[in-house]
Amino acid sequence: MRSSPLKTLLTTLLGWIVAFALFFPIFWMVLTSFKTELGAISTPPEVFFRPVITAYQEVQARSNYLHFALNSILISVGGTLVAMLLSIPAAYAMAFHPSHRTRSTLLWMLSTKMLPPVGVLVPIYLLFRTSHLLDSRIGLIGIYALMNLPIVVWMLFTFFREMPKDILEAGRMDGATTWNEVVHLLMPLTLPGMASTALLSLILCWNEAFWSLNLTSSSAAPLTTFIASFSSPEGLFFAKLSAASTLAVAPILVFGWISQRQLVRGLTFGAVK
Amino acid sequence: MATLSLRGVRKSYQAGFETIKGIDLDIADREFVVFVGPSGCGKSTLLRMIAGLEDITAGDLLIDGQRVNDVDPSKRGLAMVFQTYALYPHMTVADNMGFALKLAGVSKTERDAKVREAARILQLESYLDRRPKALSGGQRQRVAIGRAIVRQPKVFLFDEPLSNLDAALRGQTRVELLRLHEELAATMIYVTHDQIEAMTMADKIVVLQGGIVEQVGSPMELYNHPANLFVAGFIGSPRMNFLPVTVASGDGAGNGVVALADGNQVAVQMGEALPAPGTPLTLGIRPERLYWDPNGPFAGEGHLVERLGGLTLLHLTLTGGEELVVQTDGNDPVQPHVLVRSAVSPDECHLFGADGQALRRPGHIAQPPARPLPGEAPVVATATA
Ligand SMILES: Nc1ncnc2c1ncn2[C@@H]1O[C@H](COP(=O)(O)OP(=O)(O)O)[C@@H](O)[C@H]1O
Ligand SMILES: [Mg+2]
Repeated sequence: MRSSPLKTLLTTLLGWIVAFALFFPIFWMVLTSFKTELGAISTPPEVFFRPVITAYQEVQARSNYLHFALNSILISVGGTLVAMLLSIPAAYAMAFHPSHRTRSTLLWMLSTKMLPPVGVLVPIYLLFRTSHLLDSRIGLIGIYALMNLPIVVWMLFTFFREMPKDILEAGRMDGATTWNEVVHLLMPLTLPGMASTALLSLILCWNEAFWSLNLTSSSAAPLTTFIASFSSPEGLFFAKLSAASTLAVAPILVFGWISQRQLVRGLTFGAVK
Repeated sequence: MATLSLRGVRKSYQAGFETIKGIDLDIADREFVVFVGPSGCGKSTLLRMIAGLEDITAGDLLIDGQRVNDVDPSKRGLAMVFQTYALYPHMTVADNMGFALKLAGVSKTERDAKVREAARILQLESYLDRRPKALSGGQRQRVAIGRAIVRQPKVFLFDEPLSNLDAALRGQTRVELLRLHEELAATMIYVTHDQIEAMTMADKIVVLQGGIVEQVGSPMELYNHPANLFVAGFIGSPRMNFLPVTVASGDGAGNGVVALADGNQVAVQMGEALPAPGTPLTLGIRPERLYWDPNGPFAGEGHLVERLGGLTLLHLTLTGGEELVVQTDGNDPVQPHVLVRSAVSPDECHLFGADGQALRRPGHIAQPPARPLPGEAPVVATATA
């Protein structure tokens, strides 16, 4: 099928419009972060102005960005690692030794993602309080790992199932234990899939706000809490809020940009076949 | 030394439905055994049960007299060559072949020596550093065999190893596998759906259909003395002709006459008495056993001539309506659409009862002498002057 030049032009145009609409808030946020507080709320909004970094200076003076950033990194990486370690055996079992209940188990796992998290907030809060996990990195790592577990298991399951069974059987004939099979054959051969699963989990952890706002206050607080602390009750300071937000999303944005090919390849792996 | 025995082996993937319906089989040391049968008959399942990749639902599998039903695949002393080769795509040829030894904790120097030796046998020496992706189909196949060789297994298992190769390479690899069988002096079990592979390679053919063994025997035994219609039709190319006949007369010693649909009579010679006159039977005749004879009982008009160069196949419609294929010399000037007659010698006829079982033919010995196995001194034929 060959489309006419006009159709190509229209779809290209539509694509740009959608992309711009999606990108605009981020663009505006970055723009606002370089304004003065007064400039940030002026009407009509200023598009051309003299950029200043006062907002960034004030943000850094009021709170320690690096402290939050470090928490974000530790908790995202930790949560992803735990989720992967739990998911690899689970997905292996379901992909290579399926039973008649495998499908429904997977669906049931995914269905837990349909429950609003606030539904379990009170029990989880109480559990955390009694086990002294409130405002601790360990506690948040656990929550993030559990939160992403269904998606991670599901994705790994799809990638593992693409792997030719013969190769694992050849490994078994060669004397590979299950451990050998996973380490020497399965992991190297499904590396692209595993990498994109880990990337997605990392991004989801980084952006998570509900649990971090409710379960941390200062010592374990990640960047999402850092942003929230700038939407203060005594009035919004848009320039500072934008600066804080820009600081918070910048690392994951850069990270996502670098790994986008890997991410897209992994996520469309099963779909484009 | 490696002998293998199957005792009442059964397999059900789902409860209530058997894929393998009770198989008894003995495989001798250094024997080349071929499992042959149509697609879906359970060949791979049986091989995978021997390998240990599938559970055995019932029955016993013995290797060297030891029951190994519950022994780990790698501990059975077997090596398998998969239809898809199943090479490890992320490893070099050398690493593919050395993987089993590495897992077994064999030292690097010893491993390299064994890999190099296998590569020499298979002419893979200049490819040791390549990945499977950078190899041709035939080379991949040899790597898969090399991976089996380095383990020095008691028994080699092959699951349709030639089916992904083109025709020329298939013939060449067939010869190479036989040479390997000689050189390694190992027991080999080979699965194929191709009866030509079975005929050319096997010491012993096991014909399977629908999860049961139809017949076990040497290639020539199956060719000359098929036990039933299925084996008769499966072994031999071009396929055996089957014609419905009725018994006209019999002398009780195996000599007799059967009548074709058009009434023409064919003299037959069996190794056992024919049933009573009037009994319907199936007459089986190999196309290569028919010859032109102006007084022959098979009268018909050709409708297709296939010239294969070395031989010619004429497809006839007999006056009684049956189809018959006659194989003659490549230079036979025979033309279609003319009436021709052909005949067959009485002792080249096969007869099958209504149950599909063959009547015994003359000269049938239950266990013909086996050909010498590799490594054994060949039996010297004594001249009978
Ligand atoms: N893992 C399996 N689960 C269920 N049925 C199977 C499985 N593997 C094979 N079968 C069935 O068993 C039968 C024999 O298969 P197979 O041994 O592969 O045949 P062949 O190798 O002779 O072509 C087929 O009907 C097939 O559908
Ligand atoms: Mg098969």
